[in-house]
Amino acid sequence: MTALPGSLQPAWLKHRVVALRLLVIAGCVLLLEAGSRLGWINPVSFIPPSKMLLSAIELLVKGSFKTDIWLTLSAASIAVLLAVLFGFLFGVILFKLPRLRRVLDPLLLSYYAVPIFVLYPMLIVLLGLNRWPLVALGFLFAVVAMAVNTLNGLERVPAVLLRTARMLRMGRIDELRLITLPASLPFVFTGIKLAVVYSFIAVIGGEFVLSGAGFGYQIAYAYNNFDNPTMYGLMTLLLLFVGTINLLLHMAEQRLYQRRVLKELT
Amino acid sequence: MNSPNALPTAAQRWGDVVLLLLGILGCWALASWFFGPTILPGPFSTFKQVRIEVSDAEFADHLTETGLAFGAALCISLFGGMAIGLLLGARRLAGDVFEPLLLALYSIPKIALYPVVLLIFGLGISAKIAFGAIHGIIPMVIFTMTAIRNLRPVHLRSIRAHRLTAWQAAVHVLIPAALPEIVAGLRIGFSLTLLGTLLGEMFASQRGIGHLLMRAIDRNDAPTIVALALMLFLFATAVSLGLLQWDKKLRRAA
Amino acid sequence: MSLARNPIVSVKEATKTFSARDTGQPFHALGPVSFDLREGEFFSVVGPSGCGKSTLLDLLAGLGAPSSGSVHFEGKPVVGEVPDGIAVVFQEDASFPWLNVFDNAAFGLRRAGLPEDQVKARVDHALDFMGLSGCAGIYPSQLSGGMRQRVCIARAMVLRPRLMLLDEPFGALDQQTRLLMGEEMLKLWRDTGSTIMLITHSIDEAVLLSDRIGVMSSCPGRFIEIVETGWSPERDAQTAMDPRFGALQAQIWGMLRAESIKALKAKR
Repeated sequence: MTALPGSLQPAWLKHRVVALRLLVIAGCVLLLEAGSRLGWINPVSFIPPSKMLLSAIELLVKGSFKTDIWLTLSAASIAVLLAVLFGFLFGVILFKLPRLRRVLDPLLLSYYAVPIFVLYPMLIVLLGLNRWPLVALGFLFAVVAMAVNTLNGLERVPAVLLRTARMLRMGRIDELRLITLPASLPFVFTGIKLAVVYSFIAVIGGEFVLSGAGFGYQIAYAYNNFDNPTMYGLMTLLLLFVGTINLLLHMAEQRLYQRRVLKELT
Repeated sequence: MNSPNALPTAAQRWGDVVLLLLGILGCWALASWFFGPTILPGPFSTFKQVRIEVSDAEFADHLTETGLAFGAALCISLFGGMAIGLLLGARRLAGDVFEPLLLALYSIPKIALYPVVLLIFGLGISAKIAFGAIHGIIPMVIFTMTAIRNLRPVHLRSIRAHRLTAWQAAVHVLIPAALPEIVAGLRIGFSLTLLGTLLGEMFASQRGIGHLLMRAIDRNDAPTIVALALMLFLFATAVSLGLLQWDKKLRRAA
Repeated sequence: MSLARNPIVSVKEATKTFSARDTGQPFHALGPVSFDLREGEFFSVVGPSGCGKSTLLDLLAGLGAPSSGSVHFEGKPVVGEVPDGIAVVFQEDASFPWLNVFDNAAFGLRRAGLPEDQVKARVDHALDFMGLSGCAGIYPSQLSGGMRQRVCIARAMVLRPRLMLLDEPFGALDQQTRLLMGEEMLKLWRDTGSTIMLITHSIDEAVLLSDRIGVMSSCPGRFIEIVETGWSPERDAQTAMDPRFGALQAQIWGMLRAESIKALKAKR
């Protein structure tokens, strides 16, 4: 299929993957649009995507939910920062203490098996009826993913690079700084990506379940009040926002990966 | 004493497990003492509460309800996910096109999609199954797809050499070769499907373990919350570890 | 030839024993080995797989300490720490994927605190020597395996080591590239005057490139014999036409054949 070298292919062929992708997305949206407008799907339950988008824009322009957006963003951001920092430290500690790592292994593996939301009421009682239980929830949900990925990255530094460090007579700190950390960066970045995603999921989920404010709460409120246009508008905003963040992270990752990764030759 | 890189002996592994259990129970008891039993019941009272819950007349009904929903959702996630993953993995272009889309879907807080699911499926067991399935199917697709794409070309050539049909290829070559990664995906898919089913029950049902949980949360009934959470945790951990053992066995064989 | 040159490396009755990972049983990998490396010579080690050749290199480099016996570099004992003046090129690709070719090669020099203009001079020379001058800004992931190994050799070369240890650096390359790389090693050796010890599977390579060849037995590795080739320092690819070349090859294979069979049987 790709018989020609990249530089000689016509532009549409080179970018055909992206083009097809956009086609798929457009196709799905059109299908939903038609389905709703033509009554295949109940148009009250599921409004056409075009109306969703309009509602989203309207909400943005009117700024009706500015405070809620800010509350959710701030809670998630703090959770991400804490999770990345402590997750990284935790990963390093696990790397340095293999016995501890072995003991905690089953726990780390099953950590994500239970809905973390069950802790939410306890966190409220502990931290009060404010934003902190949500931050804690986001932190708890994200920190282990960060730690496990950090650990993974540190463990996957190819042994030959560490032998090279010894050959160059590097001290432990230099070895860590100049070899181990740069070599594990792709995995650490994966951990950061997951921390961002999980924090958002936890914060918005928590707001959904039990909260007086925030983006998730507003979606639940709109749902309970049968205010579908607002609900869908909010959900569209959420999807667009999450999609953008993912895209940015993905682009940053491509930049990193282009130069830094040894393709695993398995 | 073994060198630091030696594999742990069986005795050491059991020792680790005991250590872990004692550590968890210890921290738990400490936290309970620190925060007070109304906020965080301790291990003993929770075990007692578990017995109370289980012997409750309605419990069996709730369990069945959850079990059915979870089972159905798991089947959809598993087989649907594998089927789609096989298709996307086998066709290079399709896989390339869909991979970022799948990853994007994976990272959406699906909790924000719940209202849509409820509006489409109504309040009942189908909504719960849908919740569970949408949580679990995506990682299954991603893992299966990645596993197939990473197969060594020699496997694909052997399919052509033996002139296998698509179905035969899938059953006799693709799935066995990709099984370790698929099982890894299964571990995550299992947990997420369970999570999705429970969340569905919390919001959309009058029956089921998730509903019991939601009721306890609303009433701030800490003993029940912790008891139910413990049961769920033990169940999920047991299956997760079982799948992990299977995974290890497969990798050793491979 | 000149008078017996000073031994830069002196190995006396060195052995190495590991404890196996899963059983904890001791595993006698190497030795006892006794030999000297003469300063400025090109020495090769040939032997069957898994006979301890890499272990020997580790001992010489200070990457591991001998279980018994001694290793001396420039008169000083080598025990588990890498002495100054030694550079190693490993079997696997050890290029740093996050640095471009120039920064890879310059890595050791910059750490040593050399001023940047000297670093540039040395690295440019080394990259040019290894045929990598066009690649200074490229990243290893964009290069072939052979070129990445050349980056590793350049990185070792710029350090101007007195002893260079190479552990089957051309193992993953095809035959023709190997031959070319062999010629480049000879150039490097003549240009720098370093002592070089090369570990290789290939008997031809060893016979062509070396002053002396250590023929190693199967596990636990011991030197069956150390063969002198007697080639002049100006040797090149044409040396393969010398009638002694074939004789040396046959002689060494004669010694190795039985050992290789033993090693093959042991693998089961």
